[in-house]
Amino acid sequence: MKTIQNIGLFIFLLGLTIFSLLPFVGSFELSKTTLDTIAQEKNINSEIFLDKLHSTVVGKEFSGLLSLSPKIATNLEQANAYHRKNKEYNKVIYTSAHDLTALIAKKSANGFIVDNKGLMWWLTFGLGIIGALLFILPNVILLGKKGIKNNGIYLQNATNRGWIAWMVFVFLVTFYLVLYFRPQFAVNWTFLVDPISFSLSGNEAGHWFVYGFMYCTVMTVMAVRMYIKYRHNAYQMLRTTSVLFFQIVFAFLIPEIMVRLQMPYYDFKNIFPLDYDFFFQWNLKSLIASGGIGLFILGWGIALSLIAVPMMVYFFGKRWYCSWVCGCGGLAETLGDPYRQHSSKSLFSWRVERWLVHLVLVFVVGMTLMTLYSFFTGSGTVLGIRTQSVQNVYGLAIGAIFAGVIGTGFYPIFGNRVWCRFGCPLAAYLGLVQRFKSRFRITTNGGQCISCGNCSTYCEQGIDVRAYAQKGENIIRSSCVGCGICAAVCPRGVLKLENGPEKGRINPTEILLGNDVDLMDLLNKK
Amino acid sequence: MEHIVIIGNGIAGITAARHIRKQSDKKITVISSESDHFFSRTALMYVYMGHMKFDHLKPYEDWFWKKNRIALINGLVVRVDISNNTIHLQDSQEVPYDKLIIATGSKTSKYGWPGQDLLGVQGLYSKQDLETMEALAPNKEICTRAVIVGGGLIGIEMAEMLRSRDIPVTFLVREDSYWSNVLPLGESQMINEHILEHHIDLRLSTNLVSIIPDEFGRVKAVTTDNGETIACNFVGLAPGVTPNIDFLKDSGITLGKGVKVNQFLETNIPNIYAIGDCAEQHQAIGNRRAIEAVWYTGRMMGEVVAQTVCGNKMPYNPGHWFNSAKFLDIEYQTYGWVHGNKGKPAEETHFHWRHEKEKICITMAFHKDSKQFLGINTFGIRMRHDVIDRWLTEKRAIDHVLIHLKDANFDPEFYKSYEAAIISSYNKEYNTSLRPKKKSWKRIFSNA
Repeated sequence: MKTIQNIGLFIFLLGLTIFSLLPFVGSFELSKTTLDTIAQEKNINSEIFLDKLHSTVVGKEFSGLLSLSPKIATNLEQANAYHRKNKEYNKVIYTSAHDLTALIAKKSANGFIVDNKGLMWWLTFGLGIIGALLFILPNVILLGKKGIKNNGIYLQNATNRGWIAWMVFVFLVTFYLVLYFRPQFAVNWTFLVDPISFSLSGNEAGHWFVYGFMYCTVMTVMAVRMYIKYRHNAYQMLRTTSVLFFQIVFAFLIPEIMVRLQMPYYDFKNIFPLDYDFFFQWNLKSLIASGGIGLFILGWGIALSLIAVPMMVYFFGKRWYCSWVCGCGGLAETLGDPYRQHSSKSLFSWRVERWLVHLVLVFVVGMTLMTLYSFFTGSGTVLGIRTQSVQNVYGLAIGAIFAGVIGTGFYPIFGNRVWCRFGCPLAAYLGLVQRFKSRFRITTNGGQCISCGNCSTYCEQGIDVRAYAQKGENIIRSSCVGCGICAAVCPRGVLKLENGPEKGRINPTEILLGNDVDLMDLLNKK
Repeated sequence: MEHIVIIGNGIAGITAARHIRKQSDKKITVISSESDHFFSRTALMYVYMGHMKFDHLKPYEDWFWKKNRIALINGLVVRVDISNNTIHLQDSQEVPYDKLIIATGSKTSKYGWPGQDLLGVQGLYSKQDLETMEALAPNKEICTRAVIVGGGLIGIEMAEMLRSRDIPVTFLVREDSYWSNVLPLGESQMINEHILEHHIDLRLSTNLVSIIPDEFGRVKAVTTDNGETIACNFVGLAPGVTPNIDFLKDSGITLGKGVKVNQFLETNIPNIYAIGDCAEQHQAIGNRRAIEAVWYTGRMMGEVVAQTVCGNKMPYNPGHWFNSAKFLDIEYQTYGWVHGNKGKPAEETHFHWRHEKEKICITMAFHKDSKQFLGINTFGIRMRHDVIDRWLTEKRAIDHVLIHLKDANFDPEFYKSYEAAIISSYNKEYNTSLRPKKKSWKRIFSNA
């Protein structure tokens, strides 16, 4: 069994290595006609830029993006500088060099990768999936009898912040940086999934399609791991199935199919304010322009935020979204599960968390109010601040860096819910409802707690569960996403997630159950 | 300001300290030679198994003690001078006290086996025990076989720990079935099966005779009363624990097996109290033992003694017995009294149900004439403490408990529930026609 795992690991790493090398290889030759088409599509009317491309890029073979990318970037910079100097603002190119390079590379690539998309998919995704499964499946036997299997988590390099964890950290952070800030290097990856994209939406794949496909793949493979690890636990099995379903069907398939049907791209489970650009001008305009379906989406989106969130949280707690539906949560609960123990349980972290997550909520609400004001009045500024600038700052700082780079990149070192805990404005909103008006709680079972600390250690949200349990108090915390792992790892059956009457939900106690001191006497003394 | 000194920073001592601080401004000092800070002893096994690091075992962050003005001294108490109200530490430091609480816990019992103090022979009670176990049995290459002596809770924990590192384990149990002096037979046998499933070499009705050293004074084998010699590099002694009170021998404090206390947890010396594992009641309370070496009772005594120390004199009056444990993968909870074959009263009848495939079972004890519900053991099913506690207080009949069993289920959501199977099995056995009622929040919270 161990041998199978080692073979699996080797195959997985091979696939990963090929995948990681792809950004640096491939040959690109831009033809004159392609350039003209792109120029037309992108409304590029800077002759200087086009001329320079004709003389330095067109007809030449570039190998790897490292050689092509700087050429386009310098030419673009020089052309723009020239036009700005001469105040020819209509000729300035506003598409970023990275995006333009990505587009040119996508259209001008030739050679092995482009000619063998299927084979390349197998050499990357295929090997990765097969290898990972070979590594994971033997656990059915290796883990032994059903039960909690956390043996060795703190003895193994990868799950104890060893060098492997740091390598994964660097890899994930780099991957997200490429995705958000250097999309041209993702071009070769898009070829791998072009056939899949064609069959779904009828379009070529962009780098976000790569990301979406990869997201689903990773979640599926890691869900297999969850199924094996928690096969004794019905709650975990159902929950894992639920997040997987919502990711694959709602976040991935439906939007792509909607594009094929000439409808707007929309993820029906992505709720504002997590879906922070829902009220952005371009989105509202595109929805309104899409007729009936657009208006339906508009109404659906607003209803999700204003009706579904409070109602569902009242009945089930915020878990209905965060650990049963949400995509970010879904990745955290599958890919992130091996790292859940790293979320800090200190009081200091809790303080930071409360400030940060609520500030992001204030930020997103403020930005949205500005956006709506601008939309309805047509004024680009509110109180002298440009709405567009605020949106840009949010998109960069929160949307890309916090949610993406930090949110997932930090898994191996800081735990799998960094974004959900410190940054997600929707989590903050759900949490406020959960804290003040909900039937959900984690019930502490009388006096049975032995303060062992498994619950706190494995809480991905950094809640010091034990601090409540050992006092006999129920756990009512806005940040709890109801993943249910605390109850699973508890060796004494102390914790139970449940929805019950609001009365008695919060139950501070002086003396724990089992000690028959005269309570009235105690209270009178106070 | 009155100075309260507490010897021992386990659950009993620390609970006392916290509750004294809640109610008063007294000066509080806690002395321990085991660790700088309070940690959960019951979780030591998880550090060895890699579920947690030692730091995770500390229920309070390190700043907690200073913030709550609880002074901590890392030192070993060698003598208590009751005439001068002073304790002496090994490093010749002297600490004066106004009131003294002894909460020094237990140590592993040793019954005079030849070789019991050899290198590689140890119990599992203290932080130091964990450290030596890590050093002497780090993996299956260095420790090629371990022998565990004593079929109780610590024994099976040690076996589980060693198995987590694939170290072969031979488990010597004196009784003819695991923990059968406490567990009813059906349960005990199910655990026997589970132990074997985990590839632990279980030897029932087998006693340790001697431990044999190699030329370096380290254990190399044990002999048993079956005449067998088992080669091993590690021996885990888990025959039980005894109060850790040697340092009090000539102090003038009355000692039995433990520090003798009355129901107010007072010793024979007016300003000295004893709580937790090391306290021995003059008269055992109810069915309880005079010395209760359990986490929960330590905590309860801490809660109570704090009241007394703060001027609200209060007897230790534990409610219905409860306890829990985990045998490898099987969780166990008990409420009220369900006796094993030792000390089972004649009027106590048992109804036992076991799942046909899974390792799940329950035993309910009730009075054979009055049908009063006396207690319940569950394996692989979690029970709601306050509901069962209430049934015991209300002296409910077994029928009532069975009918309302769903109210007491505490398993995670979506778990299969077994109430119907349990009741139908009871109906068959006792010729009744009980039917389960649906779970009712109203009943569950009727006391809240």
